Amino acid sequence: MCRHQANIPDLTMWDQEIRQMASSHAIMASGVFMATVVPAVLVPGFSVYGTHLLWLYSVAGSVTVVNITLFWLLGVSPPTKKNTLNYKVSRLVRSCLYLLLSCLFFHTVVVLYGAPLLETALETFSLAVLLTSLTTLRCVCVLGPNVQAWIRVFSRHGAMSVWDTSLQMVVGCSIVGAWLGAFPIPLDWDRPWQVWPVSCSLGSVIGYLTGLVVAPAWIHWHRKQLTYKSK
Amino acid sequence: MKVRSSVFASFCLILEVLGIGLFLRGFFPVPIKSSFTSKSQLSDLPTEPGFTGSSHNSSKLPEPLFKRVVIVLIDALREDFVFGPNGRNDMPYIRHLVERGSTHSFVAKARAPTVTMPRIKALTTGSIPGFIDVVMNLNSPAILEDNLIWQAKTAGKKMVFYGDDTWIKLFPKHFMEYDGTTSFFVSDYTEVDNNVTRHLDSTLKRDDWDILILHYLGLDHIGHISGPHSSLIQPKLLEMDDILKKIHGSLILKEAEGTLPYLLVLCGDHGMSETGSHGGSSEHEVNTPLVLISPAFKRKGGMEKPSTIEQVDLAPTLALGLGLPISQNSVGRFIQPVADEASLRDQLRFLHLNGHQLSCLLKDSMPAYEKEEGYEHFRVAEKSHGNWLKLMVEGNTSEVLTNMGKKVLKQYLEALRAMSAALSKQLGRYDMYSMVVGMVLVFQLLLLLLLAMPEALSSTSQVDLPVASALLSLPFYLLCLLLSSVHVLVCTSAESSCYFCSLSWGLVFGVVAISSALLCILVAMVAKRIPLMSKVSGKSPAHSGYGWSLSELDVLLLAGTAGHTLSLTASSFVEEEHQVWYFLLNTLCLAVFQDVCRKYFRESRANTRGIGHSEDEDQLLPIQDREATVSPLADFGVTDAGSEKWLALVTPPLTLACCRMLRSLNQTGVQWAHLPDLGHWLNSSEHKMVLSLIAAMSLVLIYFLVQRRCSWVSKIALALGLLGVFSYRAAVGNTMFPWQHGGRKLSKGTVEARFVYVFVLGILFTGSKDLLRSQVITADARLKSRGLWEIYSGVVLLVALLFRPHNLPVLCCCLLVQTLMAQFIWKKLHYDAAQTTIMHYWFGQAFFYFQGNSNSIATVDISVGFVGLESYVEAPAVFLTALSTYAGPLLWAAHLVCYLSSENRSSVAVGHGCYCLALLRSVPMAAYVVLVTVLRYHLFIWSVFSPKLMYESMHTLLTAAICLFFTTMEQKRSTSRS
Repeated sequence: MCRHQANIPDLTMWDQEIRQMASSHAIMASGVFMATVVPAVLVPGFSVYGTHLLWLYSVAGSVTVVNITLFWLLGVSPPTKKNTLNYKVSRLVRSCLYLLLSCLFFHTVVVLYGAPLLETALETFSLAVLLTSLTTLRCVCVLGPNVQAWIRVFSRHGAMSVWDTSLQMVVGCSIVGAWLGAFPIPLDWDRPWQVWPVSCSLGSVIGYLTGLVVAPAWIHWHRKQLTYKSK
Repeated sequence: MKVRSSVFASFCLILEVLGIGLFLRGFFPVPIKSSFTSKSQLSDLPTEPGFTGSSHNSSKLPEPLFKRVVIVLIDALREDFVFGPNGRNDMPYIRHLVERGSTHSFVAKARAPTVTMPRIKALTTGSIPGFIDVVMNLNSPAILEDNLIWQAKTAGKKMVFYGDDTWIKLFPKHFMEYDGTTSFFVSDYTEVDNNVTRHLDSTLKRDDWDILILHYLGLDHIGHISGPHSSLIQPKLLEMDDILKKIHGSLILKEAEGTLPYLLVLCGDHGMSETGSHGGSSEHEVNTPLVLISPAFKRKGGMEKPSTIEQVDLAPTLALGLGLPISQNSVGRFIQPVADEASLRDQLRFLHLNGHQLSCLLKDSMPAYEKEEGYEHFRVAEKSHGNWLKLMVEGNTSEVLTNMGKKVLKQYLEALRAMSAALSKQLGRYDMYSMVVGMVLVFQLLLLLLLAMPEALSSTSQVDLPVASALLSLPFYLLCLLLSSVHVLVCTSAESSCYFCSLSWGLVFGVVAISSALLCILVAMVAKRIPLMSKVSGKSPAHSGYGWSLSELDVLLLAGTAGHTLSLTASSFVEEEHQVWYFLLNTLCLAVFQDVCRKYFRESRANTRGIGHSEDEDQLLPIQDREATVSPLADFGVTDAGSEKWLALVTPPLTLACCRMLRSLNQTGVQWAHLPDLGHWLNSSEHKMVLSLIAAMSLVLIYFLVQRRCSWVSKIALALGLLGVFSYRAAVGNTMFPWQHGGRKLSKGTVEARFVYVFVLGILFTGSKDLLRSQVITADARLKSRGLWEIYSGVVLLVALLFRPHNLPVLCCCLLVQTLMAQFIWKKLHYDAAQTTIMHYWFGQAFFYFQGNSNSIATVDISVGFVGLESYVEAPAVFLTALSTYAGPLLWAAHLVCYLSSENRSSVAVGHGCYCLALLRSVPMAAYVVLVTVLRYHLFIWSVFSPKLMYESMHTLLTAAICLFFTTMEQKRSTSRS
């Protein structure tokens, strides 16, 4: 059931998996890049600051599509026990529900951090959607709609595969990026990227890209020390 | 010598407060103020010397020199823009006048900080304003001291002003006609000036004004955008030149025979540096041109090198030229060439008046004024002036008399120069030597605290200070000698006055000895640490961080503290510091939430699956068996572990929600301070009912949260006290009782407030009685914690009285969060003393801002000082204001004492907490002291950094007091144990 039964890492298999991960991450990063470039060509007057929400949704959309396609093709998520249509539909519905809940959760957290409650609700919710697409969506793709597994992965020493580790790093980087992105807001520079939520969404996307680069590199570097407990 | 870490921490903090005091004394020079509270009046003027009677109109001012004055102030006009080689092309008309016309030109030196507002003050009052002035004129942007504009208005002169609206804020209701432009959009450099010039034509045609002031901002804006060498500068200067030409032309046209002449003044408030900014004291920022144009002056023959004067000299010159008294605090001296064409008697009279005013100021500001060189000169000159006048009145007109008059003139000028120099020595300069000494002290103590960390946080909580060996070593004596000689060297060579040099030798030697002893101790401690470190790293290179494994929470706490210290370097982050704390606090709550979730959910998972637990899981495991004996929930009636789990899970989100609510209660800071907030909504008169309800509910909740651990006497006193708080607010008119419907007469509420004070004192007394009893008679820990809690509740009651009613929810939430966190988080998750202390500190900082404070002085609520007092009494007013301003940090620190010394904690916890608190305060304080020194010429040093320095120093003082309290608490514990 688990691909890494032994504690002694099988280096060739690892190399293959890391290569797989690196290439898929490259595709994801290029997806973000395309989501910025393509609308700039197609939509007149498009700019990351000026029409920020458009950019934000285009990035969120492209990340969603690329993630779902790639992980479906790779087949990383744990194989389902039952193969009935009913079960599949229920999984799909649960995934959507989790994604929606995660949007609401992020929205609440951002409001708790001090975003205005009513005035910029649309901007805040858009940021929540972006964060969901960068973090929760990947969780759903890698682990399936299984809260127990999520808790396991995000507690200490909970990673059980290379993909779990990369998931931790990408999610962590995206959230830390959004967190750091809030810092320039109080500065009195009057720049267009200080407007809510530009700096935060830029920060989270930059963090996401960093995570995509760092995760395979870090795993490659530490592949000798990494050991995964089997279930 | 072994000392307990709490004693060590308090000792360090107290010394640090001394160092900061020295630093502040050097940073904020004490201003020179005349002792008269009223302003100068014509009737106060001295008579001409030598006349005893009131004959000859001798007490009158001489005839004014000028009828009308036009002052053209060009912001950031540098001296070389007019007098330099490019001046001929850039300002041809003015340059022509300077070389050939009837003018006087000078280079006027401005003082740092070269920023517009203090410069305008200097130009109009003739004094050099200090930051202390800003503090003293709290909340009032208008100039309250004696100044030229006020004098002109009192004398009935009509004034017109166009330009920078700082003037209108400084002199409200002084101008007959005005139009202010804001310098808000720095990128606009044409519109600001056109807004001034558009009034010019109509104003120049009219005859109904005496003084016209124009303040042009465009040049300054160009400097900020592109610097002094940009291509935009020349057109702007040409524009200014044209304006001056127009004014001069119309003044010449208006000139009529037989009336007094006009005066046209061209000046700058400050220069600009080579990069185009200003604020510092470089040559280019300080040197501004001053051109006086009037037909009363002799025509010039050619370009002469302009002589150098002080910027403040303009104020007395204009005052005497217009026949007004010189403003009291002016340190400037009359520009003598202006009166060259007047009679010798008038010239001497002008100088005498100026000298008299300066000597009065000198008398007020220096105890040993009679020994001052200038004062002696002035006395001599006054005497010979009298003799000269006698001779002149007797009808002597010989050559001898003129020569004698010239000699008197010279004596006067010399006396003025010496007096003005003696006065301005004390002003507007940073006393670097005192600042450096203070800074060195603060830094040595910080290093000492940091080096002692492993020992102070150890399980024995004792620090081994090599005091004896340091004091007996040779380097100590050598250092003392060296530092003393450095002190003598600095003090004998210093030009300006220096506070540290004026201290008595005993004190100075004390500081020198302390500093060298600290240095020796530091070196000894480092020497002790180094072999230890190398041994550790040599033994286990792989585990260099052995024993220091950090959890995510630790990383957050350390990074947050460091990050906050770093954020102080940006003026915006200082202005918006509350945002930083709210942000950190939020993250902290989320991290705690994650810890809680991890504990309870992983546990349940581990239990159901039955997989082996790791060590730390074991430690965190079930509450049922281990802590059932001392369940803190007994008084809530909750014993069930399941409900406890849910309460623990709910606590962080509830805290977050509280913080979010409090955050929108008071908007503070600068950028978003204008946004509407709940506090405003509650305080408007339509919502008085809601406010009363909220206040009442908060008071009830406060009672239930506090009374739990008090004795029954305190419980009753607390209830009555809180009732008194509400009736006080009702009496003052903030809230109302349900049965009253308006129409009640408002009082000052003195009786009600004093009623509350009685109960506060009563509770504090019961508390300290319990504490003493626990120490002397019975070694009862329970009694002691009750005593501590009673003192805490006394403070809470006092704060409830002082807080405005819309702030009572802040107090209420503070207590609620404290209770919940202490019950379900800090105890249950086994956070150690250091972690708990850092969290308390963060909460304290955030609550400081929740209650509406900011880093500007304007938000200090001074009205608190009058609660329960009939009139202003300084000592209680200052105490109450400080208490209510720092209520947040104080309450959290007090809770920390109660929490750490509660029964089932280890005995060293209090020591650890005290040490951490001292360290947490020292790190930002030391960093900030250095920062302020480096940024002392920054544009915002007065408006942003200096107020923050005051807040930080005050906070450090308060923390030192709290640490002392900690120490006494620990003392009692250890003596009661032994």
